[in-house]
Amino acid sequence: MTIATAHDHTHDHSHDHAPGGLMRYFTTTNHKDIGTMYLWFAFTMFFIGGAMALAIRAELFQPGLQYLQPEFFNSLTTVHALVMIFGAVMPAFVGFANWLIPMQIGAADMAFPRMNNWSFWILIPAAILLFATFFVPGGAAASGWTLYPPLVIQGGIGVDMSILALHLMGASSIMGSINIITTLLNLRAPGMTLMKMPLFCWTWLITAYLLIATMPVLAGAITMLLTDRHFGTSFFNAAGGGDPTMFMHIFWFFGHPEVYILILPAFGIVSSIIPAFARKPLFGYASMVYATGSIAILSFIVWGHHMFTVGMPAAGQLFFMYATMLIAVPTGVKIFNWIATMWRGSLTFETPMLFCIGFLCMFTLGGFSGLVLAIVAVDITLHNTYYVVAHFHYVLFPGAIWGLTAAVYFYLPKFTGKMYNETLGKWHFWISAIAFNVTFFPQHFLGLAGMPRRIPDYALQYAEWNAISTIGAFALGFSQLIFLYNVVTTIRSGEKAKDRQWEGADSLEWTHLPSPVPYHTFETPPLLK
Amino acid sequence: MSTTTGGYYFAPPSKWPVVGSTALFFFMSGLAMWMNEIQPWGFTSIAIGFSILLYMLFGWFGIVIHESESGLYNKQMDTSYRWSMSWFIFSEVMFFSAFFGALFYARIFSVPWLGDFDNALIWQGYEAKWPTMGPYLDPNPAFQFSPMSAWGLPAINTALLLSSGVTVTWAHHAMIANNRKQLILGLFLTILLGAIFLGVQAYEYSHAYSDLNLKLSSGVFGSTFFMLTGFHGFHVTLGAVMLTVILVRCIKGHFTPDHHFAFEAVAWYWHFVDVVWLGLFVFVYWLA
Repeated sequence: MTIATAHDHTHDHSHDHAPGGLMRYFTTTNHKDIGTMYLWFAFTMFFIGGAMALAIRAELFQPGLQYLQPEFFNSLTTVHALVMIFGAVMPAFVGFANWLIPMQIGAADMAFPRMNNWSFWILIPAAILLFATFFVPGGAAASGWTLYPPLVIQGGIGVDMSILALHLMGASSIMGSINIITTLLNLRAPGMTLMKMPLFCWTWLITAYLLIATMPVLAGAITMLLTDRHFGTSFFNAAGGGDPTMFMHIFWFFGHPEVYILILPAFGIVSSIIPAFARKPLFGYASMVYATGSIAILSFIVWGHHMFTVGMPAAGQLFFMYATMLIAVPTGVKIFNWIATMWRGSLTFETPMLFCIGFLCMFTLGGFSGLVLAIVAVDITLHNTYYVVAHFHYVLFPGAIWGLTAAVYFYLPKFTGKMYNETLGKWHFWISAIAFNVTFFPQHFLGLAGMPRRIPDYALQYAEWNAISTIGAFALGFSQLIFLYNVVTTIRSGEKAKDRQWEGADSLEWTHLPSPVPYHTFETPPLLK
Repeated sequence: MSTTTGGYYFAPPSKWPVVGSTALFFFMSGLAMWMNEIQPWGFTSIAIGFSILLYMLFGWFGIVIHESESGLYNKQMDTSYRWSMSWFIFSEVMFFSAFFGALFYARIFSVPWLGDFDNALIWQGYEAKWPTMGPYLDPNPAFQFSPMSAWGLPAINTALLLSSGVTVTWAHHAMIANNRKQLILGLFLTILLGAIFLGVQAYEYSHAYSDLNLKLSSGVFGSTFFMLTGFHGFHVTLGAVMLTVILVRCIKGHFTPDHHFAFEAVAWYWHFVDVVWLGLFVFVYWLA
């Protein structure tokens, strides 16, 4: 099938009666509209969360208290994390899932278009509740995003609003995941077997399963926080026979799969982009699928490594240590497969590919520091230090965020029909790559030297690395404005893109659909071999 | 798009999602205010949110029922609903497992630890055995409570719910055999049994509070007892409301012997709350 025949679907749908203007977005049931809303929402949250990070780094530029009160500083670290995890990364992945999954499996839309729109719109009241906490008596939650009792029991109404916001975001995620799973299992075009799906679909299938399995557990945990705060229960209160550690176990039973929720779709994106620029099919497709599944299964039995220092039998510590290290095996399979995909390929280095290679190098480093932290004896020293901050920013920024950034550059030509500015894209990558390492690499040293995290002040010996880290952070933050500028100018005045802008890309949205993709696609399923 | 594509129905633009989000905004803000005793704004906001939510539920389910009865949903759509309901019930299973996990953790770890040698100095004389209010409240005679005996009301409730599982299956067989009268009778009995269950549960709560001195604030035993049975009771209520909607639809003549997934979905849900109850009966009541 050629792209020309796909143009037949672009005829005007007069039977739609879709409202114009803003009402179009309030009422839409189109997966591309909803995907767009998710992506802009996530982009906005990314900048708000980033501004909070810069405020944190500004305070840490020098020892002593400069700009922020300690309580407000703690609120900023808490809300920065919540916004980035639940507001930026997760919605951005759902945005791409909305755009890509129906096109990649040859479906006309998502299985439940109305529920799809609801799962987006629930995020709006959640975001309002979360940000409003800064303006209520007692301020925003200042307990860290993990909301550990007993500290979180002491907060004001802001804690309740954050918890209820999390309830809403959880409901949104569960609905979105049910929609994605159903679409993938039931709406594939004839001939699109499971093992022919692009890896992005596979990683999302498994991510959606993780979300459905863990978001309700988070809901349960934070519901118990609410009743402990207001209704006299004693789940997390030792005087009443409960235990604060119990919250940590339940929370991390959600929390560890959550970190894979934040990275698996990025694995899928990278698995589409690297083959496109290596001009070779993905090496070891089946092993990629099985590795993703193994990571998902293992993610449920490693949560204890977040709490080695709370007091746990040695047997428990050893179990969680070995189980955690085991995850390096399927992750290693993936890393080696990506490298093998590039091996002897006809490589070119456009912006999406640069971000993917950056992802590969930096994410691997983050994985290594994860292995270091998995060792119980080492973790007892490094727990709650800047080493941990460095570790998870290495896996989340060049992991999740660069995966998403690569996807934005890769798919802008397909979504908008216009080509981004390659020079600016490369500037964006190189400044980000250097600034990221300037920001976070010194934090390894700070952590090893014993600097605790979530404290607005520090001892004098940490001053130099903190100053360097802050300079890096501002460069990193402001370099994202290049990204914003590039995206906006592409949409407004980019040069026309080709239908198959990347000749190595071989999933259905590139081979069967024009650029920009029409509003409705695959109303008749594509013919697949 | 509003047309069917390859027979699969994709919904046209709809206002209901945004209406639902508005409802949740008022409801959740109201909840936050109510819990912090900001009145009357809390109650007002909850009431506004709940009213909009009801409006949305009527409107949204109304169009879904209308579409289904107009024959717009084909076999593939039916499969979508089956997958989605299965995954939804799985998410509910995980929600309950958080509370069961709390119960098991308290019984296996936190309570025995509070009574062990390490804590002997802090909580002198605390005897760590279930049921407990924890080392702070236990010595205080004013807070003493007795646990709910399993073989009184809870055993009756078990019998009620298990019978309701039988009647809903009976109704399903009647649906397949196209026997409307039996279907309606079976559904009615199921709802009745569910309602009696809820009545017994309400009586049990008042018995617990007034006679047994067992309260939500009775330490970790009261917390787990009321959280687990309370959320279960809430789910039975939801299930009974859904069954009532299905009953009304059956009386109106909806559904055919081979196209009635709404009925099956609610039946699945009903069996799910049934199974959760069995877990509650064993771990919350019997092994207390």
